[in-house]
Amino acid sequence: MKNWIRTSVAAAAVATAFTATTAWAGKDLDAIKARGQLICGVGPSSAGFYLLGGDGKWSGIDVDVCRAIAAAILGDSEKVKYVPASAQQRFQQVQSGEVDILSRTTTWTLTRDTALGLDFGHITYYDGQGFMVPKKLGVKSAKELGGATVCVQPGTTTELNLADYFRANNMQFKSVVIENRDEVEQAFYSGRCDVYTNDASGLASSRTTRAPKPDDYVILPELISKEPLAPAFRHGDNQFGDIVRWAVYAMLEAEEYGITAANVDKMKAENTNPVIKRILGTTPGMGKALGLDDDWAYRIIKQVGNYGESFERNMGDKSALKLPRGLNRLWTQGGLQYAPPIR
Amino acid sequence: MALMTAATATAPRVPPWNDPVLRGWAFQVLVVGLFGLLVLFLVQNTLDNLERQKIASGFDFMDKEAGFEIGDTIIEYSAASSYGRAILVGIVNTLRVAVLGIVLATILGALVGIGRLSSNWLLAKICEVYVEAFRNVPLLLWLLLIAKFIRESLPGPRAVADKGLFDAIFLTNRGLYVPVPLDHPAWAWMGLAALVAIGIGWAVRRWARARQDATGQQFPVFLTFAGLIVGLPFVVWLLGGAPVGLSVPKLAGFNFAGGSVLQPEFVALLVGLTLYTSAFVAEIVRSGILAVHRGQTEAAMAIGLSRGQVMRLVLLPQALRVIVPPMTSQYLNITKNSSLAIAIGYPDLVASINVTINQTGQAIEGILIIMVAYLSVSLSISLFMNWYNKRIALVER
Repeated sequence: MKNWIRTSVAAAAVATAFTATTAWAGKDLDAIKARGQLICGVGPSSAGFYLLGGDGKWSGIDVDVCRAIAAAILGDSEKVKYVPASAQQRFQQVQSGEVDILSRTTTWTLTRDTALGLDFGHITYYDGQGFMVPKKLGVKSAKELGGATVCVQPGTTTELNLADYFRANNMQFKSVVIENRDEVEQAFYSGRCDVYTNDASGLASSRTTRAPKPDDYVILPELISKEPLAPAFRHGDNQFGDIVRWAVYAMLEAEEYGITAANVDKMKAENTNPVIKRILGTTPGMGKALGLDDDWAYRIIKQVGNYGESFERNMGDKSALKLPRGLNRLWTQGGLQYAPPIR
Repeated sequence: MALMTAATATAPRVPPWNDPVLRGWAFQVLVVGLFGLLVLFLVQNTLDNLERQKIASGFDFMDKEAGFEIGDTIIEYSAASSYGRAILVGIVNTLRVAVLGIVLATILGALVGIGRLSSNWLLAKICEVYVEAFRNVPLLLWLLLIAKFIRESLPGPRAVADKGLFDAIFLTNRGLYVPVPLDHPAWAWMGLAALVAIGIGWAVRRWARARQDATGQQFPVFLTFAGLIVGLPFVVWLLGGAPVGLSVPKLAGFNFAGGSVLQPEFVALLVGLTLYTSAFVAEIVRSGILAVHRGQTEAAMAIGLSRGQVMRLVLLPQALRVIVPPMTSQYLNITKNSSLAIAIGYPDLVASINVTINQTGQAIEGILIIMVAYLSVSLSISLFMNWYNKRIALVER
């Protein structure tokens, strides 16, 4: 037990050396097909993004991305194996081939896209980093946080933005850095820190699900960073990369054209709009271009739903979080979500 | 003579593949060569794969700006420092908790070990329960328990702002705040004076021994030493103008400012390591003392030595020979177990490297650094303990 951390890390490194060859060279997609299962790295738990329910099923919008990809490639959104990926070890897990795709609130940055040997799919959630404080401190703005003790998870862009923000504003702070998300939040709610910082959606989710009394905490108005959250996968297999991107685009296009899980069969049978016919494969060709069959998008919508449905079910009014859609509305409704046309 | 000539005469007739010496060498060279090839293959394969996957490699990242803060450091560090510096902070933090842990665990363990041998039933039983409780529960659980206890049970800084001991010492869930003397050149000189006192004390001890060997006259070495170590720095303090300025912790905004703070994560790790390891140390000390035959004590008392002298001159020198070798393992365990810091948020070496690996993606380099660092620390401890063991080992005449 004494050096289990180091041993496991070392083992991962050696595994990298051995497995990298097999995972390489455009073989990711073939490996997934041969295995009949998509291996998806998700976090321990963050309501709205990935949460293991009492029935043993994962839910959340990051989970829905994996389900959509599995539906497209393997025909069944349930053919996904979920592997816990910690904030610190997640990138090695992708690099070494332990997981096919990392769909766990991962911020897309230049370093990660390049030096880490990864590629990113479409941004599934536009987030920003915020601060949460106990109401009784009477803090109204992040600019008043000089001298505070801040709870933060290591190995995240959050940790770097935090240091940047305080440096830029000439303020001091003390960090309390704990890897396990449950532990770090418990430390905050027990008063070890004045401030808890994370992505704004994560703060809201934590306040709803973990705070002893949600009303005792406020999320400060400032968002100090851009956090484009996107699925990440190994650099190299472009065909798999295309499918990851277009699976998400299909969900966005479906919402834009009003196709839902409930009406997709009717649409497929009756609708004459050429755009919808292309999406649902009534007009063939799109699936072949991706290396899939023509029902790929139909299956995604039927089994997972469109982006809007996924959002409402996991984060919006049909969930406990009740987050506003904000930047994640479709471009037609004033948001940033915009998918290239399926044609 | 005849035999010898026969032997020398037959020797050249053995073919090389039947010569045990040559054959031995050949196999050793072969094994080493194969092992070298395997290592070369692994290294080359890893480098190739990193290159093909476009993952950066090399140690260039050490000079780049780290960009993250470390909450508990005794050397200068900020987010603008380099990754190399962040790793150094981690090493210093690991050493800090390991060295203090070793000292405290040794003292506490020795006391408990001697306590278990006490003729006082209650004391012996308490010590026994202590040992069994601490060595039979995983250290990680103790750490989490202690960390949680500190966080959950102690009040926040605002709640105790006017309830400090002497208005200067504050115990909060942010740590223990104590006043510290303001910077003054006299402090450095006092440290020097203490070193000089130790030097003089050592010389006095040598002289007193030589005199006792020659004349039988004893000299109060301990009292002299105590007087020197207290007196000399005190005189320097007076000469330095007797500075009395204190930096007292005071609530400013969210936290106390000024003074010095012992952070909960550090305390939790130190206390956890000390309690856990001292249980093992206690057993080692007990076994060491029990290993010395009872006749030794009786004989020493028979020639009129006092209880203290029996312990110091007869029992301990013999017990130490049994105690020191297993102690080395315990010291190594403390050092390595300190990597459990990551579970409770103390920024040790592993924590620093993990963040570095995560930001730069250079896992292999990071793990190499961790391994080299722990190996150097552990080997240093081993070397020192082996030297000490040799010094006190039984010299057979």
